[in-house]
Amino acid sequence: MSHDSGFGSGGYNFAYLDENTKRMIRRALLKAVAIPGHQVPFGAREMPLPYGWGTGGIQVTAAILGPRDVLKVIDQGADDTTNAVSIRRFFSRVAGVRGTTRTAEATIIQTRHRIPETPLTEAQTIVYQVPMPEPLFRLEPRLAETRRMHALADYGLMHVKLYEDIARHGHVSTAYNYPVMVGGRYLMSPSPIPAFDNPKMHRMPALQLFGAGREKKIYAVPPYTEVRSLDFEDHPFRPHRADGCCALCGSATSYLDEVVTDDRGGRMFVCSDTDYCEERQEAAAAAPASETEDAA
Amino acid sequence: MAYVAVKGGERAIGNAHAWLEETRRGDPGLPALSVAQIEAQMGLAVDRVMAEGACHDRGLAALAIKQAQGDLIEAAFLLRAFRTTLPRFGHAAPLETGAMRIRRRVSATYKDLPGGQVLGPTYDYTHRLLDFALAAEGAPPPPPAPQAEAPQEPAPHVTELLAREGLMAREAPAPGEPADLTRAPLAFPASRAARLQNLARGDEGFLLGLGYSTQRGYGNAHPFVGEIRQGSVAVRMTPPELGFEIEIGEIDVTECQMVNQFHGSKAEPPQFTRGYGLALGRGERKAMAMALVDRALMAGELGEERTAPAQDEEFVLMHSDNVEATGFVEHLKLPHYVDFQSELEVVRRMRATATAEREAMRAPREEEVAE
Repeated sequence: MSHDSGFGSGGYNFAYLDENTKRMIRRALLKAVAIPGHQVPFGAREMPLPYGWGTGGIQVTAAILGPRDVLKVIDQGADDTTNAVSIRRFFSRVAGVRGTTRTAEATIIQTRHRIPETPLTEAQTIVYQVPMPEPLFRLEPRLAETRRMHALADYGLMHVKLYEDIARHGHVSTAYNYPVMVGGRYLMSPSPIPAFDNPKMHRMPALQLFGAGREKKIYAVPPYTEVRSLDFEDHPFRPHRADGCCALCGSATSYLDEVVTDDRGGRMFVCSDTDYCEERQEAAAAAPASETEDAA
Repeated sequence: MAYVAVKGGERAIGNAHAWLEETRRGDPGLPALSVAQIEAQMGLAVDRVMAEGACHDRGLAALAIKQAQGDLIEAAFLLRAFRTTLPRFGHAAPLETGAMRIRRRVSATYKDLPGGQVLGPTYDYTHRLLDFALAAEGAPPPPPAPQAEAPQEPAPHVTELLAREGLMAREAPAPGEPADLTRAPLAFPASRAARLQNLARGDEGFLLGLGYSTQRGYGNAHPFVGEIRQGSVAVRMTPPELGFEIEIGEIDVTECQMVNQFHGSKAEPPQFTRGYGLALGRGERKAMAMALVDRALMAGELGEERTAPAQDEEFVLMHSDNVEATGFVEHLKLPHYVDFQSELEVVRRMRATATAEREAMRAPREEEVAE
């Protein structure tokens, strides 16, 4: 995150937002980093992309982006989904920054619904797009009330919900947006990533920033912070993935998308993380056949 | 398949935009609409976009309508996204709507009153018969409407007449700078100023439905239209570098003040209370609905029981903004297959557990039968 002088593109400031707005967002980000998992209200602006399309993440990225940053944008794990393409194009247009699809090359990764399979480093920042920042909203929609619950760390309601799931179904029925405790203090929504990705947040070397534009909240998890998915001693948290291998790269550990191939029950599984999958395919193509076996 | 994660998303977007532009223009054999035509002849649509886009600029609102093919929520969004890039250079003094240059002013509470009843250009008494003559091309413009001769006499607010008699509570001026939702997010409980700003930007349809609900028993309203006025008012502000108030221009607004019964409480004698609505441009339906909702939201302050949706501050204010609402509703069409996949896995697992349990229950019973 290096900041040089301003950059004009079509009459707009570098990275679209004016410097005062960026300063306001950076202040909220600093507060968020200082209180891991706590939702900080901020004066979210209308963006030229619709609410629900990642305006919170876009504002956070715009506030931390410098001209030398390399930006990766993914949606559902893929760089080439329409919304990811649109956001990457937005930043190349208003900030002139270099885009990449390679996880390892990026300094900032903006994401919707996934954490890349390739582990992130201290040199990277991941920005999550968040639709509903309040982890308790399905149990208590009133913000005035959930604010009180966070202040008192009164999270019994969520534990009861998980308990009732287990009592009724034998499993926790939450498959994504699975609530986490951050630094042993704040209950936090990890954004709608699959529960499979939750463990990647725990003690992640990269800075994790969360932006919710419509709900006007920012929160953060600083590097190496404890992030625990809620569970019980006798029902430990277990991340799940489809039981299969990627049809393209053969990975048996990555998170898979199910692709329906016909109307007779035919289906195949492919990696949701397109960069991870492509790198593995390239490595397999480059390596002799015997090594390919090991890689899978 | 262009929508999913296959290579080519960028080209698909480009092609979609080209098709959109072609569709927007429509039949190239017909002349294109000019922004000036939209501004002049689709005036109420322009005013609605200006109100919900929270930006008083009829020309830009007309441009937004043209760009959005007449989708007024999309147009309001375009205007908002432009508005947010403008610098904020202060706040104006409260509008003196009592000194409005009036085009229309009606009161439902008094037959006649100072300033009189001025119907103005209203649809109220038109018979809603399609005017097929309008479909004809090249018809001459209608003759100019007759003009009133006498200079307008002052038209003080109806609510002011009541307040002088002590029958209506006066609004205490809010100290300091009013809240601005475009700078600081809404917090609850919200100030009246923040509530009114939210409602003034709010969706006309949403407020209309909520206001209507208060008339049907959900919120126990007893409203009278004290008055509706529509016209031009001066905007005044004090630039810090000058230190005195100057007039910076004039805007068109519609204001509605509803007079509502209030039975009084231990602290307050029985008197009328006020529901307030204000919309940029000509937005009478919006201003009336807003006034109903504003009054319903005062339930808390007045010690009334809060039982109806329109009285629930958080419910109303968090869902009134159509740019936010349309974004979140429409975002459901974005890909969600990662989350859906995780739900598939959970549902399959829960079905397997349930099936196993059923079979475990059935097995011993079958043994019993065998014995």
